[in-house]
Amino acid sequence: MSQTLFSISADRGWGQRFAIAAQDLREGFGLWRLAWALGMSDIKLRYRGSMLGPFWLTLSTGVMIGAMGVLYAGLFHTDIHSYLPYLAASLILWNYLSLMVSDGCTCFTVSEALIKGMRMPFTVHALRSVARNTIILAHNVVVIAVVFLVMHVGVTWYALWSFAGLGLWLVDGFAVALLLGAFCARFRDVPQIVASVMQIAFFLTPVMWTASILNKNRPASALVHYNPFFYILEVVRAPLLGAPLPLRHVAVAVAISAALCVAAALGFARTRGRLAYWM
Amino acid sequence: MTHLTAFNISVNFPLYHSDNRSLKKTVFRSTAGRNRIGQDEKHRPVVQALRELSFTLGSGDRLGLVGRNGSGKTTLLRALSGIYQPTQGSLSMEGRLTSLLDPGQGMNMDLTGRENVRLRGLFHGMNKTQIAELEADVEEFAEIAQFIDLPVRNYSAGMTVRLAFAMATAVRPEILLMDEWILAGDANFMTKAKRRIEAMVRHADILILASHSAQTILEWCNRVLWLDGGAVVADGRPLDILARYLPPEQFAELAASRLEPPAA
Repeated sequence: MSQTLFSISADRGWGQRFAIAAQDLREGFGLWRLAWALGMSDIKLRYRGSMLGPFWLTLSTGVMIGAMGVLYAGLFHTDIHSYLPYLAASLILWNYLSLMVSDGCTCFTVSEALIKGMRMPFTVHALRSVARNTIILAHNVVVIAVVFLVMHVGVTWYALWSFAGLGLWLVDGFAVALLLGAFCARFRDVPQIVASVMQIAFFLTPVMWTASILNKNRPASALVHYNPFFYILEVVRAPLLGAPLPLRHVAVAVAISAALCVAAALGFARTRGRLAYWM
Repeated sequence: MTHLTAFNISVNFPLYHSDNRSLKKTVFRSTAGRNRIGQDEKHRPVVQALRELSFTLGSGDRLGLVGRNGSGKTTLLRALSGIYQPTQGSLSMEGRLTSLLDPGQGMNMDLTGRENVRLRGLFHGMNKTQIAELEADVEEFAEIAQFIDLPVRNYSAGMTVRLAFAMATAVRPEILLMDEWILAGDANFMTKAKRRIEAMVRHADILILASHSAQTILEWCNRVLWLDGGAVVADGRPLDILARYLPPEQFAELAASRLEPPAA
């Protein structure tokens, strides 16, 4: 709101829509410090007055992974020394992904008061959601570090590729928030649909189990082969665990992300002018 | 130069979450002019909140909006803030705009006053020193003492208003849009607020104020827009418009209290 020239007119088709959406993105990224501070305050507020604060996240994740690690290593008859690090990395990364999707759904509707109160780039709300969930991830990463230390998992320079994958995830998370946030603001049933899709995806994606179990079972391995979540998950998880990451997996993940970005750009340009009306 | 031009602005609210069929019946049944429920070009039912409003404001203009509840005052303020993209028409302006639409607006009730001020500073793209100055200014003006470090949820209504007003005006808006809740302040604060607004308007800025209080409108405004059913009924000098808008006995009272003959 601090820029001095402003004009807006009724919808004039795609040219104007893309121009307005691009301006929103530009102004929104210019306010990244605000988005970060808002995301921070969300986490602070959630744990204000509690002794451990956001480290409750770390603690509860740690306890869950410890318990599940013992149980599932037994169920799958695998060695806990190799299974526990896998489970810790998989589960924490999956939680991040799934939280970005479900939180992205409500990124505009939870900010209704702000949206109706002042003109602020919608991009800020999407960035805030990404920031909030990334802060949660940062607290949970401690658990991965502890598990790796205790289980003597060797970490090499190769693991740094995870950060490149994480960069891709940030882009994806932002695109998903813009796309689903707008869609869910208009159709209030969508968050429920998305939640059940994510639940199903959790069981169909190799998170608790490894893809290699399915090698002999063709129809089941097709489920993994055509599962977009698998490729997205792999670009961060494989380098972190020191597992090989085929170039094909990277290419598929990048292609999925590109498709997401195109969909988000189209969706956001189409809905931006109407979002405030849908609150 | 600060200016604000609204050209032929209409705002229609879509009615998605209601029973379309029975609504359509209502729409077709009523043909009277006052009906607010209409259809858009795709035959979906809509509420016509604003209908083809046009006006131009320049430096020093202080526009008062009057009209019954639901006449479109707040929607007009929101549309002018750039929150609603108009369904028809266009809007253009030059000048830093701040809107004070409701007291808690833009504030997180669970955060402290100070944290809210910091967020507002970031929203305006300020750096650390500027934010510190903003904090000091708001603290001084809002007079909420140690409450600044308590969550806004614990404030009285008056304190919330003072904080919101202080935040909105500390960044020197050139165009200020206000809804009537500003009246929730006590007399002492109102005097202070008025002084600040006057200083602002003296610097050739624009004020748009929606209010049900004729007294406030007379004190603060030099032009009045009377809205009804989302359309302009009249536009002109405050006393002229109020003479037509207010019931005669209320206007007589108002004129008497002003100790001035009403304009002919």
